[in-house]
Amino acid sequence: MKASVGGYARASDLQHALELLSGSDGLGRVLAGGQSLIAAMNMRLSAGDLLVDISRVSELSGVSDAGDRLLIGALTRHVEIGRNPLIREYAPLLSQAVQYIAHAAIRNRGTIGGALAHADPAAEFPACILALGATLHIEGLTGRRDVAAEDFFQDVFETAIGEGEILTGISIPKTEANEAQVIEEVARRSGDYALAGLCLVKRSAGHRLALFSVGPRPLLARSAMAALDRGDLEGAAEALCDDMDPPSDTQASGAYRQHLAQVLLRRAVARIEGANA
Amino acid sequence: MTIEFGNPDRPNSYIGKTVPRPNAGRLVQGRGRYVDDIVLPRMVHVAFVRSPFAHARITGIDAGEVKSVKGVLRVFTGKDIAEVCTPWVAVLAHLKGLKSPPEYPIAVDRACWVGEPVAAVVATSRAAAEDGAALIDVDYDPLPVVTDMMSALDADTPVLHEDMGDNLAFRRLHEAGDVEAAFKSAHKVVSTRFRTARHTGVTLEPRSILADWNPAEGQLTAYHATQAPHMIQTVLAEHLGVPEGRVRVICGDVGGSYGIKVHVYPDEVATAAIAKIMARPVKFVADRLESFTTDIHARDHEIEARIAVEEDGSITAMDIDDWTAIGAYSVYPRTSAIEGNQVVNLCGGPYDFKNYRAQTTVVFQNKTPTCQYRAVGHPIAVAITEGLVDQAAAELGMDPVEIRRRNMFRDDAYPVTSPANMRFEGLSHHASMDKLMALMDYDGLRAEQAELRKAGIHRGIGIASFIELTNPSPFMYGIGGARISAQDGCTVRMDPDGSLVALSGVTEQGQGTEAMLSQIVAEGVGVSPDKVRVITGDTQVTPYGGGTWASRGAGIGGEAALQSARALRESILTVAAAMLQTEQSRLDIRDGQVVDAATGDNRMPLEELGRIVYFRGDTLPKGLPRELVQTRHFITSDYPFAFTNGVQASYLEVDIETGVVKLLKHWCVEDCGRIINPQLVDEQIRGGIVQGLGGALFEEIHYDADGQLLNGSMADYLVPMAAEMPDMVVGHVETPTKESMLGAKGAGEAGTAGAPAAVMNAINDALRPRGAQVTEMPFTPERILRALGVLKD
Amino acid sequence: MSEAFRDRIDITLTVNGESVEARVPVGQHLTDFLRLELGLTGAHASCEHGVCGACTVQVDGAPIRGCLMLAPQADGAEVWTVEGLTDTAAIKDLQEAFVAKNALQCGFCTPGMLVAAKDLLSRGGVPSRQEIREHMSGNYCRCTGYEAIVDAVETVAQARAGKGAA
Repeated sequence: MKASVGGYARASDLQHALELLSGSDGLGRVLAGGQSLIAAMNMRLSAGDLLVDISRVSELSGVSDAGDRLLIGALTRHVEIGRNPLIREYAPLLSQAVQYIAHAAIRNRGTIGGALAHADPAAEFPACILALGATLHIEGLTGRRDVAAEDFFQDVFETAIGEGEILTGISIPKTEANEAQVIEEVARRSGDYALAGLCLVKRSAGHRLALFSVGPRPLLARSAMAALDRGDLEGAAEALCDDMDPPSDTQASGAYRQHLAQVLLRRAVARIEGANA
Repeated sequence: MTIEFGNPDRPNSYIGKTVPRPNAGRLVQGRGRYVDDIVLPRMVHVAFVRSPFAHARITGIDAGEVKSVKGVLRVFTGKDIAEVCTPWVAVLAHLKGLKSPPEYPIAVDRACWVGEPVAAVVATSRAAAEDGAALIDVDYDPLPVVTDMMSALDADTPVLHEDMGDNLAFRRLHEAGDVEAAFKSAHKVVSTRFRTARHTGVTLEPRSILADWNPAEGQLTAYHATQAPHMIQTVLAEHLGVPEGRVRVICGDVGGSYGIKVHVYPDEVATAAIAKIMARPVKFVADRLESFTTDIHARDHEIEARIAVEEDGSITAMDIDDWTAIGAYSVYPRTSAIEGNQVVNLCGGPYDFKNYRAQTTVVFQNKTPTCQYRAVGHPIAVAITEGLVDQAAAELGMDPVEIRRRNMFRDDAYPVTSPANMRFEGLSHHASMDKLMALMDYDGLRAEQAELRKAGIHRGIGIASFIELTNPSPFMYGIGGARISAQDGCTVRMDPDGSLVALSGVTEQGQGTEAMLSQIVAEGVGVSPDKVRVITGDTQVTPYGGGTWASRGAGIGGEAALQSARALRESILTVAAAMLQTEQSRLDIRDGQVVDAATGDNRMPLEELGRIVYFRGDTLPKGLPRELVQTRHFITSDYPFAFTNGVQASYLEVDIETGVVKLLKHWCVEDCGRIINPQLVDEQIRGGIVQGLGGALFEEIHYDADGQLLNGSMADYLVPMAAEMPDMVVGHVETPTKESMLGAKGAGEAGTAGAPAAVMNAINDALRPRGAQVTEMPFTPERILRALGVLKD
Repeated sequence: MSEAFRDRIDITLTVNGESVEARVPVGQHLTDFLRLELGLTGAHASCEHGVCGACTVQVDGAPIRGCLMLAPQADGAEVWTVEGLTDTAAIKDLQEAFVAKNALQCGFCTPGMLVAAKDLLSRGGVPSRQEIREHMSGNYCRCTGYEAIVDAVETVAQARAGKGAA
């Protein structure tokens, strides 16, 4: 099908983008890489949007070192996330995740901010930043606010971004010495959304375990994390069942997803232990 | 009457060799000409409003707002179209009892599946037509739906088409021998329930038609992505009330067919009807979402099956109860009873046994109609047969290869008739199995499998023997009353420069028809293939023929080409003999030259002969036949179908924690008779295998209980992609059919026929030590874990 | 609607080395723009939701989905399609390998496949067959079963690395 677009405006900078958004009578839709939004428009799942194209807002792109944190601009493309040396060094979970996201042509256009704002519960990046304990930077005409990843994802395709606001970037605590970060998922085919997946981060302060494709939003598996902190892997696997209530769809049942999450947890722990051995 | 093509050093030896495809160079440069690439003056676009309900009465259509959309020109309802286009009924006389109600291009008062067209909007662009379609307000009164196959005939299930009396479209029972007695006295009986999922073809080029009615000439021209231009010509003529001779169907490049584009689709006929009403070119290209709800579906079967075997492994009986649900209508004009009928015809195919009972029950339901799709019925019948044989072998503690060797028809047993009454002219099950064993190093692979199993790695080896129906005679459709041509024709002419033009009734869908025809004609006349231009896909130009379906292009179209080429060779030599004052028998044509047959010495280039015939005919003897053009038509007559055979093997690994199957390698040895172009045959086999692997592991259309299609996008209906597919090894045995000089049978469906069964058997081979078995396709990770007992709820 | 939002927009871009100026409907995707406005029918529209890869073209040096980029977003971009890549002989060896290996049947996926393969080959070296499969896994082909495509890409990689003939 062909997209039915209400209108289009290209923002020259962030301020311009916010002004356009505020002048859109609530019909505004931020267009970044477009890899989810344009697909949805082409399927007429979304029609009549006033598109605010921020893809030329260069201030929102790139990765920078901010002392003990890494700043990633919202418009940084997946392909750049995958090859950026700072990310590889200080947030390797994101580098690992890129290989699971769709295919090269999609990764060349898709942006991390777009993926986070879209908040597909089956996507990798939302779970990654949840596991990493990232902070999301959101701006509106009235100012800037920071939201913790735990508070950002609210429901299927729903986030803490308010009307008239734009996600401008994220900041991630840099890996500490001996920190381990792994992502595991099972998808039917390479590049497909996962049937279930998880991101496991092991820090001196404890484990952080984020699950994806098992609920309406990426989930922090707190009971499992506590069990992992106690060194109780089987307890953690058991606890996963309390942490989630996965949906059933044409690809897999909730029961399968739950089982898969347990298998993936054991594999993730084994990978971390294998790397340390 | 097969002629010998065995000597590779013979003159003009192009048959049996890999020669380049003449159209490939164009396609890699993006110079293809698919229907959507064609732009005509005054062309408009149509988009359809489609039923969101599986079953509903249409009580009103309000198009008031639509005209305000910029670019929208006109709106058509079912009633508007019915004024210029008659409905069709898809039954065939030889499928006794088959029934189906009249079907209209656009639903008139009742929609019967989600996706059925209920209105059409014509605009200056597709985008505008879609904008218009979105504003059409249709009032529906939802009706009770029939979705479940197995309860479709129950007394308390609503009847979908009242006039039909019940939901039974077709039922056929075939019985040979004494099945009950054989099961009673059997050493072992194995029973299993199989399930094959509803598939669709997902041609990369969506269905496309550009119809142009020229009232000044009284001619309808349809540029159509189709496999059967002459059949479409007949259908459009009949239902639009245009003389057949005034309908021209042109089929240029087609972006994939696989059976999807051999049927009559309501929206395509409606497009032609709209062109006739508006007297201007109208283009319809299905978008991907409507493709999923309106391209034919296939293979939605549930089967209860059992096999009886003796202690030595010999099969004594098979009993098959097949059910399939075909959607709301039987599809025109081939009907939707053929697939079930094929299951009855093909089960047990490779094996020599006596007692056979098979019944197919074909029911209506409120879903997208199903019809013939690549390897029609074969993947189902092969899965049933080979699944049963493997399970029997396991029960007997026998190697799966050994049980097959004990039961397959001997290679010297032909001609022979199967318990399903299929007549086999000449097959090579044992030679093919021998070749497969060598190619795959079966014993070595078994040793590797055993070794890895000790390490907790679960690999499986699966074998599937099969037969494939090719080169169909009129027994397939014609005897049932359908104007679907089983014969095909070819015209070959020589032009003044000595080059040849071949016009054929079979079509090019990418499988290499034009290359195949060019090498046959080249060899038949005596020129190099690059001197042959092949023209297909234009009903006003080519001889009448059936097109591309049921693996008939090479066997039937190829034979017509060979006969016409050889006839043209004789015509050329008649003229040459007169010019060279010698006997015709002393001359031959080699590499574009008339030569001395004995010495090979050049006597005259063909372009010189062409110059004389076309420009200096005054120098030739008066009355000398000088037509450098010949046409021959070919039809099979000794056998209803030319069966081929083959055997496939799959090697794979099952992750028993996740249920994920990784395909490691795949083999196929097949016997399609004479191989004209080895590379093209191998590519048909490989492409076919992967289509079968899709069915085995990924493809499944899901509906909910209300008849809503749940996974109608390419993100949700999973087709095979490169990363998960294995490398394949293809081998051949050649048993030419004696029905033709060429000896070719078909190869287009063998891969798809056997691959799902090979994968099923390989998975079950891997799972057997853990006491698990899967028989419901596709074999998703979840189904495998459920079989393993890992998931219990 | 605010005046800032347009339903048509002027764009200037380079397509196959030629400068193009056009006024486009803002919802039109790049594939339709190339096909309908410029007559470049090599890239095909098939799924129009970013999955099949038939519309893959090269934008600013990288392969992208033509159906997932709006024509207005291509303002200022450098676009290459199979037509231009043919004219400049940039992928001649790849095209020849596709023909030699019969890495196409219906040809509908081929222009997208070529752009995807070009991207992999441009990285140099000889990728493994699984790496080729992985890289090409965003491009759907129903005809070939992929093996001949992998063969063709592998052959070119080897030839470019001086390890065999294409």
